[in-house]
Amino acid sequence: MAIKIPKPPLPGVRRKPQPPGTDQQDGRPPVKEQAREATAQIVGWVDERSSASSFLRGFLFRKVPKGTNWFYTLGSATMFAFLSQAVTGIFLAMYYDPSATRAYDSIQHINNDVWLGSFVRGMHHWGASVMIVLVFLHMGRTFFFGAYKYPRELNWVVGVVLLVLTLAMGLTGYLLPFDQRSFWATVVAVNINGTGPFIGPYLADFLRGGPEFGATTISRFYALHMLLIPLLIAALIGIHIYLVTKLGTTAPPWLKAKLPEPTEREQV
Amino acid sequence: MNAREKEEYLREYQVLKSQGKPFFPYAVLKDSTMACIVLAVIIGMSIILGAGELANRADPTTVTYTPRPDWYFYFLFELLRVIKPPSLVVLATVGIPTLALVLLLLLPFYDRNPERRPERRPIATTFAVAIIAIMAYLTYEGAHAGAPDQIDLKVPATAKAGETVANQSGCGACHKFGEAGNPGPGPDLTHIGSKLPSQAIARTLRNPTAPMPSFAGLPPKKFDALVQFLSSLR
Repeated sequence: MAIKIPKPPLPGVRRKPQPPGTDQQDGRPPVKEQAREATAQIVGWVDERSSASSFLRGFLFRKVPKGTNWFYTLGSATMFAFLSQAVTGIFLAMYYDPSATRAYDSIQHINNDVWLGSFVRGMHHWGASVMIVLVFLHMGRTFFFGAYKYPRELNWVVGVVLLVLTLAMGLTGYLLPFDQRSFWATVVAVNINGTGPFIGPYLADFLRGGPEFGATTISRFYALHMLLIPLLIAALIGIHIYLVTKLGTTAPPWLKAKLPEPTEREQV
Repeated sequence: MNAREKEEYLREYQVLKSQGKPFFPYAVLKDSTMACIVLAVIIGMSIILGAGELANRADPTTVTYTPRPDWYFYFLFELLRVIKPPSLVVLATVGIPTLALVLLLLLPFYDRNPERRPERRPIATTFAVAIIAIMAYLTYEGAHAGAPDQIDLKVPATAKAGETVANQSGCGACHKFGEAGNPGPGPDLTHIGSKLPSQAIARTLRNPTAPMPSFAGLPPKKFDALVQFLSSLR
């Protein structure tokens, strides 16, 4: 389906010269004009010191090959799901208590007492599933469109690391309600990590915070879930988007460019 | 991809890109629409399905709880259930997932085919579809798998109701049913149907030898289903 949209508005403050004699008696331009002038000056001040406008122009007005369809929105949709998780997660962190004795009570408190608490917890809970579905769909699109091929190999690698980190978010977050289900599933998951060769036992000890599943385990998972992994994800999303901007969005693979006809050699 | 193919791709891409439309507002509009749909789905799920059920408080002293992961780990969970021999368990827990991850990570380095259309990359497309099918199948099986301590034997569909009754009645606490159940104090019931006729099974259920409790108190429908299930075990 084609959506008719007017041409993009190009940035730049356009100032029409005023005809002479329209100035007010005191020689100053009208207030509206002054406000516009001040805004332009502030924007100009920031721009002079950051070159933000040339970056934004490059980012926003870069060309995207024609034929890009709704499948191309899956990546940004995944990022949006991540942002939703971040926002709901911040609100949950205001009430959540990452200790073995009080975690379960704080979840019940969020569910039963906090205004919109169970709604926000539901958004965080289901948002995780939505994000995982979107990650896999985005990966499927990239695979079937051959978008991981030259010159975008590095971005595929970054994407796979993001997939693993997203699954790690699911794993670390699953423990936090600290009910029977999450507790025993996490015990099993950590023990599975422990069966790995070489680093397996060390990784399991690191996750548990010791040889046994104990009181420190939950705070450890909490720190991983809300500090380490999200920061890594945010940083890698930045790299992912930088590379997309740098290399350009892939064209659909069935699209063939009409190359300009080579000029015929002149016959003499 | 050799240098010529790389150059060809870049040249063609440059032309396609120059014929395209600016990211803002064309792509941004689609992306924003999709973001609204995502948010609507998340909010809708939260409202309709609730905050996700909370089980009982975590209790490290329980030994009977059967752990289950979240649905997106069902494929790994089921892989662990499918691979039974103890010597191969490490293959299911670490071996196969690690191998799959390394293959996924290095995909652009061993798939050197310059072709991008899926229908012209038959090997890649076939593998991908097969892997998606396997993961979907494992997820489906993982979702429907009972706990490992539940009786799960090959019985005719008519006897399935009785199998549920046997699980609910806790027969596995004293009897073995194939892989499930405890080896004692009661006898192994995996092939009881070929040892006792159904009348004898019903009689034993009503008037068992101590310490087995009598099941005469079951509702007649459930009792009959249980007898039918046990006599089908051959």
